[in-house]
Amino acid sequence: MTATGTRVSRASRPGRRAGAWTPWLYLAPALVLIGGLLVYPLYQLGLISFLEYTQAQVSGGEPTSFQGLGNYTELFGDPQFRQVLLATVVFAAACVLATLAVGCALAVLLTRVRALPRLALMLAALGAWATPAVTGSTVWLFLFDPGLGPVDAALSALGLSGFEGHSWTYDRYSAFGLVLLEVVWCSFPFVMVTVYAGIRAIPTEVLEAAALDGASQWRIWRGVMAPMLRPILVVVTVQSVIWDFKVFTQIYVMTNGGGIAGQNLTLNVYAYQKAFASSQYSLGSAIGVVMLLILLAVTLGYLRLLRRQGEEI
Amino acid sequence: MSALRIRRPWRLAAEAAALLVAAVVAFPLYWMVLAAFKPADEVQSAEPRPWTLRPSLDAFRRVFDQQDFGRYFLNSLLVAAAVVVASGLVAFLAATAVTRFRFRFRTTLLVMFLVAQMVPVEALTIPLFFLMRDVGDAVPGIGLNTLGSLILPHLAFSLPFAIWMLRGFVRAVPEALEEAAYLDGASRARFLWQILFPLVLPGLMATSVFSFISTWNDFLFAKSFIISATENSTLPMALLVFFKDEGNDWGGIMAASTVMTVPVLVFFVLVQRRLVSGLGGAVKD
Repeated sequence: MTATGTRVSRASRPGRRAGAWTPWLYLAPALVLIGGLLVYPLYQLGLISFLEYTQAQVSGGEPTSFQGLGNYTELFGDPQFRQVLLATVVFAAACVLATLAVGCALAVLLTRVRALPRLALMLAALGAWATPAVTGSTVWLFLFDPGLGPVDAALSALGLSGFEGHSWTYDRYSAFGLVLLEVVWCSFPFVMVTVYAGIRAIPTEVLEAAALDGASQWRIWRGVMAPMLRPILVVVTVQSVIWDFKVFTQIYVMTNGGGIAGQNLTLNVYAYQKAFASSQYSLGSAIGVVMLLILLAVTLGYLRLLRRQGEEI
Repeated sequence: MSALRIRRPWRLAAEAAALLVAAVVAFPLYWMVLAAFKPADEVQSAEPRPWTLRPSLDAFRRVFDQQDFGRYFLNSLLVAAAVVVASGLVAFLAATAVTRFRFRFRTTLLVMFLVAQMVPVEALTIPLFFLMRDVGDAVPGIGLNTLGSLILPHLAFSLPFAIWMLRGFVRAVPEALEEAAYLDGASRARFLWQILFPLVLPGLMATSVFSFISTWNDFLFAKSFIISATENSTLPMALLVFFKDEGNDWGGIMAASTVMTVPVLVFFVLVQRRLVSGLGGAVKD
């Protein structure tokens, strides 16, 4: 057999006879796993969201009945759900903006310093990045613990009298703020490292040529660096949106399952509480579907951006 | 941008800022390890000090003695290792298929892998719960309350991203090498495992960081799927034991957190270079 006979090269026609089944053989394990544990549950999620599905149906005591859009009507008629939806969007947006701002600013800072400070910052960032969400949450909670945490102690030592034994998780906004700090802390490193890699990948000749032509720093940024960095910025933005929209562990651990009287609930935690704490599986699934649709919209927007930039998938 | 062209005072200011930020970013981790080694009375003190003169292993002893922590640690390690190895192999095969072959539905599949990455894992907890329950009824050993119920979903969820990321690494292996191998009489399997696989291994390392972390961090599945068989629980659950209504055992929590964080840190430092170049490669792609 000749080499070209056995192998289907990138340039050859699709569906060439020799070994045409080989790619599918290679893909089979991945497709079985993704199909069984991702696509099928997705279908189930949609299905349950249209059914009446509570503890009675799970245990087989009552038959399941089709509700149509009933669960969705109930959900959107519920003021608490609308409030959680709004809180999730605002919270995620704040996390994304803060993460991007910190990550990009520090990436630029990294390009301006010598090796030693750069290594220090890189190592610290890697540490924050590597920290599991659960432990990151517990540590930040401890830092802000009323009475035992160093933050309250330091603020009181600075003469701010109101902070002795101040509880940060008691108030809705300061609790969200505390979770936001933790989220930014553990997710800015991804942005920083990626954007830094992107800046380093810009050929120095291009920047030097621009500087020789008399372009100002601002012009160099606007005209040369920003366009070259745009694909990377799109990737980190989309990843951050997806990531921050789904924050579960931090909210759950830091606000003890959604805050006092559910004041710090986000969609994820809300769906979990509905399903597993009050056995309203169909409502939980409907919340999951709403979340999925929002993220799908983000993904489609992302794909369109990629296409417009002429990326080949 | 070379650092040399920036004027000296600015560079010094930038370096001071970088060091300060590094200290702030590292502080939570420092505080965690510090509290883990502090004696109980210092942890409970209302005037916390950023050092200790009496380091103690009491908190670690408490963690490992009382709470079956070693078992949870091994469970976490087992689950993460199984996911890393299996997803590495499966993703390697799939990435090879989508980069080195042209076939119908190739682009469709790629778009599918991209979209699959965006699926909120958390939303699928409910159907997965029922799926695992039914599977457990049919095949004992992989349903609810078993480590399988943690391994399988994480395996499936880490695949789309792993395949997406590995593409670049597989594509980087020159086609000429493949042709030469076949000319020398290598079979397809031999080329795949003895030539392509070792060359892609660095990329696999970078990818494995992500599957390792997402599995090691998992809190939701462990909380939802391991209901009664606590001997099959994982580390995040063990940590919550130290949260108590009458006052949290912060020393215990910080010691347990330290034990949970250190393996990830070690793993990160080991693959750090690959990770950064891997990210660069994946993004440029």
